[in-house]
Amino acid sequence: MSNDIAIIGVGMHPWGKWGKNFVEYGVKAARDAIKDAGIDWKDVQFVSGAATMRCGYPGYVAGATFAQALGWQGAEVNTSYAACASGSQALAAARAKILSGECEVALVIGADTTPKGFLAPQKGRRPDDPDWVRFHLGITNPTYFALYARRRMEMYGDTQNDFAMVKVKNAEHGFSNPYARYKKKFTAEDVAASAMVADPLRLMDICATSDGGAALIVCSMEYAKKIGRADAVKVAAISTVTPTYASSVIEMPDIATDSGAVVDAQSFRAALPVKAYEEAGIGPEDISLAEVYDLSTALELDWIEDLQLCERGHAAQLVREGATKIGGRLPINTSGGLACFGEAVPAQAISQICELTWQLRGQAGDRQVENANVGITANQGLFGHGSSVIVKK
Amino acid sequence: MTAKKKEPAIEGWFTMDSDKPHLLGSKCCDCGTFYFPKQKNFCKNPSCNGEEFEEVKLSRTGKVWSFTNSCYKPPEPFVAAEPFVPYTIAAVELEHEKMTVLGQVVEGVNVSDLKAGMEMELVLDTLYEDDESEKITWKWKPVSA
Repeated sequence: MSNDIAIIGVGMHPWGKWGKNFVEYGVKAARDAIKDAGIDWKDVQFVSGAATMRCGYPGYVAGATFAQALGWQGAEVNTSYAACASGSQALAAARAKILSGECEVALVIGADTTPKGFLAPQKGRRPDDPDWVRFHLGITNPTYFALYARRRMEMYGDTQNDFAMVKVKNAEHGFSNPYARYKKKFTAEDVAASAMVADPLRLMDICATSDGGAALIVCSMEYAKKIGRADAVKVAAISTVTPTYASSVIEMPDIATDSGAVVDAQSFRAALPVKAYEEAGIGPEDISLAEVYDLSTALELDWIEDLQLCERGHAAQLVREGATKIGGRLPINTSGGLACFGEAVPAQAISQICELTWQLRGQAGDRQVENANVGITANQGLFGHGSSVIVKK
Repeated sequence: MTAKKKEPAIEGWFTMDSDKPHLLGSKCCDCGTFYFPKQKNFCKNPSCNGEEFEEVKLSRTGKVWSFTNSCYKPPEPFVAAEPFVPYTIAAVELEHEKMTVLGQVVEGVNVSDLKAGMEMELVLDTLYEDDESEKITWKWKPVSA
């Protein structure tokens, strides 16, 4: 039996620093998705929200908050929190409900309003909390991104210019995306002129935080047929696996990795797509395009390899060849990625799926990838959260 | 002027032996997995039900896995000198424990001085000072320096 579900509607609120209530962004995205699906809000039987931790109680119960804002109509609600993978977990909850036959059509939704400036830990001395300890010792979020980037330079000979080319490429992609926050065609010189934050990463290598909202209407294949949308783009796989002990890569907010002394060391990022490929019965060779979590420019290169889209250590070469550009053989982050959006945590994984849906439908306008048949997403957040979703025609 | 009292910035994470300091980790008495910081209750190896741990001194030398620096003043609870002085950070692999441990690198060693695989040793150094005492932390130092 097929485990596919259909994506019949997608919608987004433009990313930015708008300073409004997150509910507004979510409702705008949801209304667009409902309109795109050609259904009525009252047809939605399940609202699966991705929580935000920064907007008080309404954010913790995001599913209900959006359902109320759209107008209570008796639908069941759910709220998922899984850091950067929250949107994928909300989608997984909706898929489980649909495949079990408990509902036919669901709204998957996430939105966030982010504070200005750097993220910092809660106040008070807490030497038992590794997050407190690492900040006390001077180890910030960019430290981890920079360690990964420098490791690539040391192991594979990547250069800072390679990283800058990722930014240049994503800036070109996002330039015509109406939902992107940063719409400027930056050059490698612009990147090189930006301030060094954590060597080798400069300010323009690292993504910002943004406000934004994204939504999907998903349904059973039967429902899609019933409303004349049998040809809708489908969710072919969702992987939200946790890491396997022992994690060999230093992860935020830890001071040390697990010990591989008695069990084999594992890579979490590389494990994420494995389940997705297995579930979809699709291999890396079938992928037309990917939306990956470019918290830094260099991390995009790690993801390309973790998704097995090239051999380990070869991703920079793909960038140099122009293969990861729209028009190249393996376009990456056609939306512009986090480089053009900035991170809006609960909306981000959903926005990746919106982009793939537009691409597979042939509705991506200036960003359109030719012959886009299968797309994959990848993201990773704190505390063993991550996801990879495959969508297909 | 009398020297200020030296105190660990975080209690129990390392020995205060200024000559040959060690990080203090723990080891599961059942499966032998190492932990830093110390694991005290339940082993995190999914194949192990261990609940007893012994404190162990971790290897005080290792090889550079990767490195970076901090060009901007981190937020609190970091206590920054005025004016802020950028510092180098290294992730160092301990061969015996098969784990990688982060730490600042001693002053005077820059990113351009480091390479992956370089041998590093653990030393004690000042993290910051307040009116009464010097707060001590571990730092990594190239063995050759």
